Amino acid sequence: MSTYTTVIEKRRKALSVNPLKSSSTIGAALAFLGFYRSIPMLHGSQGCTAFGKVFFVRHFREPIPLQTTAMDQVSSVMGSGDNIVEGLKTICEKSAPAMIGLPTTGLAETQGSDINMAVGGFRKQYPQFDHIPVIPVSTPDYTGCTETGFAQAVEALIDVLVPPATEAGTRPGTRKKQVTVLVGSFLTPGDLEALKDMLEQFGLRPVLIPDLSDSLDGHLAETDFSPLTIGGTAVSEVPELGNSLATLVVGASMHKAADLLAERTGVPDYRFDHLMGLDAVDALVSTLSDISGEPVPAKLERARAQLQDAMLDTHFMIGLSRVAIAADADLLKAFSDLVAGMGATTVAAVAPANAPVLRSVAADKVKLGDLEELEKLAVANEAELLISNSHAVDTARCLNIPLLRAGFPQYDLVGGYQRVWIGYQGTRQALFDMANMLLELERGEIAPYRSIYTQKTAATTSSPHKPEFRHVAETAPEHRGQQH
Amino acid sequence: MKAKDIAELLDEPACAHNTKSKSGCAKPKPGATAGGCAFDGAQIALLPIADVAHIVHGSIACAGSSWDNRGTRSSGETLYRIGMTTDLTEQDVIMGRGEKRLFHSIKQAIDDYSPAAVFVYNTCVPALVGDDIGAVCKAAEKRWSVPVVPVDAAGFYGTKNLGNRIAGDSMVRYVVGKREPDPLPPGSEREGIAVHDVNLIGEYNIAGELWHVLPLLDELGIRVLCTLSGDARFHEVQTMHRAEVNMMVCSKAMINVARKLREAYGTPWFEGSFYGVSDMSHALREFARLIGDDDLTARTEALIAREEKRIDEALEPWRKRLRGKRALLYTGGVKSWSVISALQDLGMHVVATGTKKSTEDDKARIRELMGEEARMIEDGNPRALINIVRDEKVDVLIAGGRNMYTALKARIPFLDINQERDFGYEGYAGMIELARQLALTLESPIWEAVRRPSPWAARKAAAAADETASADRPGQQDVADSVAEAGAGA
Repeated sequence: MSTYTTVIEKRRKALSVNPLKSSSTIGAALAFLGFYRSIPMLHGSQGCTAFGKVFFVRHFREPIPLQTTAMDQVSSVMGSGDNIVEGLKTICEKSAPAMIGLPTTGLAETQGSDINMAVGGFRKQYPQFDHIPVIPVSTPDYTGCTETGFAQAVEALIDVLVPPATEAGTRPGTRKKQVTVLVGSFLTPGDLEALKDMLEQFGLRPVLIPDLSDSLDGHLAETDFSPLTIGGTAVSEVPELGNSLATLVVGASMHKAADLLAERTGVPDYRFDHLMGLDAVDALVSTLSDISGEPVPAKLERARAQLQDAMLDTHFMIGLSRVAIAADADLLKAFSDLVAGMGATTVAAVAPANAPVLRSVAADKVKLGDLEELEKLAVANEAELLISNSHAVDTARCLNIPLLRAGFPQYDLVGGYQRVWIGYQGTRQALFDMANMLLELERGEIAPYRSIYTQKTAATTSSPHKPEFRHVAETAPEHRGQQH
Repeated sequence: MKAKDIAELLDEPACAHNTKSKSGCAKPKPGATAGGCAFDGAQIALLPIADVAHIVHGSIACAGSSWDNRGTRSSGETLYRIGMTTDLTEQDVIMGRGEKRLFHSIKQAIDDYSPAAVFVYNTCVPALVGDDIGAVCKAAEKRWSVPVVPVDAAGFYGTKNLGNRIAGDSMVRYVVGKREPDPLPPGSEREGIAVHDVNLIGEYNIAGELWHVLPLLDELGIRVLCTLSGDARFHEVQTMHRAEVNMMVCSKAMINVARKLREAYGTPWFEGSFYGVSDMSHALREFARLIGDDDLTARTEALIAREEKRIDEALEPWRKRLRGKRALLYTGGVKSWSVISALQDLGMHVVATGTKKSTEDDKARIRELMGEEARMIEDGNPRALINIVRDEKVDVLIAGGRNMYTALKARIPFLDINQERDFGYEGYAGMIELARQLALTLESPIWEAVRRPSPWAARKAAAAADETASADRPGQQDVADSVAEAGAGA
């Protein structure tokens, strides 16, 4: 893959209009939701939790376990350590969770709340709950975005739950088939399911950190109610990550967490910016084959061939098209690579917060900003297709171009959380969808010209010939596709 | 906002909680709290004012997770749909640059969007840092000659309810009384019909449901000067002081507005609801009664008779389908009774209602409607709700969206009545939609399908039951049983 040195343009205006960003606090909460029988408790005022809850409920269409330390006026001024202790105790007593995540908010950080000290106080006061891990993580919403908070939570989790190999007696490869997979927030539950399936095809046992495909995939469980997550990776798996054969890291945002895990366990890791497009998926599949010592299964070979065929079919529509993308850094990087690989150009790229990977986004420039800026860039650079979350619906309408919904939140699209973007098959479907959206635009349409000498009657101008033109444009590439 | 001011807002003389138990204003418990904060309440209360630039002054969590709420509708202006926030950075917080950023943000909003006014919502971080948003707003207003209204509602001040009141207080303090109503539009006057001005306070025009009611008010010659705040415009809010009557619609949340308008301008107010045939008619009668125009009263009665007859006929086929169905209502405050009468109009039986946020008045009303043995639910945690559904053989749970997936996961039919719903239920016409939505979920064929175990699991269970037919062994089957039982209930 070629490298880029993309220009990062910082925020210049005072007011953020139609924000693209969601907070790092809820990003951290999301990471904790990928562990079985867990619950995040946000350290802040009750609204921080209520908003976060509604945000995820509307996206996933699932009940979301999320609690709050309920800071009020007194604790906001006088100190909120007691709120943490009381909140932890209450949850432990009521729900006996396997783990409690404790992300902080801007309010708590501005106050200068010391969460580690408060957790220490909780341990001293209530030793009967020592078996329940608590993961404090500092995620004030005035820094970063959902993606960074998510990654920080995973790092904090590793810090608390994965002991150094020398202490724990873990050794890489003790569990011969086990592969740890650190996954970033840009992968959907559908993506994670597909990813696990690929590992399993090589006879490997994936342990996803975290695994939202088991908790928020939208399945109807037998129990009618749980105050905790109803799925996800078992917390007890985490201390055993040192026995994995290898670690896969998906998303540049996860690098710090990966560094810590490698340092603690000595397990070799393999890093991928994303898993969209032929090159990226090929890199993963080769790695899986190397790690497992197994040949690439015929099923994957077939899927690869199908993707190649889809690339042939869709390059007519996607090639030279002008794409606008607004998303968290990892997702932006993934889509920019995907469209670049098809001969399209990312003419407007906006990310809510800075990240090292943005330097390698396949675009001339990445703007750190909001959807108002995206709209301006898209207009100026004549974008034809927009890739962003549901907030961009109005932007797309103003621009009069189609919107491919990706990222958080997607609350006007049922099943958006379950969509598979990665792997050969996911990529293939993404290409089909983009191509179909671009077809709808009827580009290349030539306005009928009436010769001044024409013998045709002017009469009805309801352009009955228009569908004919479309017909030709549509069928041409399909003939090609059938010739393989 | 100073502690004294908050205490003053909490001490609402018109609120029944003040004389009886203070259930609504209890301190939230860490680790066991649900519901929004004061900022949430303030934003919900004012955001529907459509031609205002609503700027959330704070770090991203407050606006980032809450903007672009599409529940409330506007008949024209869409500026309110544009999310605006100062999106404070760490540097802003550390260096104390929040006020400066806010000042420039207000300018940017005015330059780019020419709003009728700018509302600035304070949130936790700047409140704690000590940004003086009142001073910034005042300076900005003076500089750019556009009204700039501070709404000091940081989340940690308290609950959503308090936020509603702060919002109302800001309107009364900074906006109401600043303008006289327009003369009646030419051509709107009709022979023999005197036009009376009213306000609707706490009406949010969810899914456009107010538009079911407005034609009837037009017909009667009742002009709505302003709704606070569904489909409202800033200049309408400015004229609220000129109403002859204020109606508190379905919510005690902004009761302070009604009280203050009475104190300052002597405007009488009543509390009512547009949900259900009987409440809708009651609301129309209350307008006529408080306005005290005999002709209006006569025309109101005629309209009610006509509309009730029409809706009664239209509802008959729905009543056949819904009669006797058992509903569990879990909502806050006034909706706890207002929706009861709507359901009863449909022939349904309300077995219990949530009263967590209800006042003593509300509860008295509930008893009136449901009888003395009315079951009231104070603690609406999901587990308790599901248990009541099972115990009382409830057919449908009616609650806010937060409880929707709790109900669905327990395979319980559900009707959403919160602010994000897509359907309007107000007015006579809204009853048809309510009936349709209830029938849609109650009669759906999916319930049997989602409760049914797979054929192989059923076969296995049957085989196991045969084997241990003599041994009475509860436990393992409990879940399937309760699911089957709930199935039988519907």
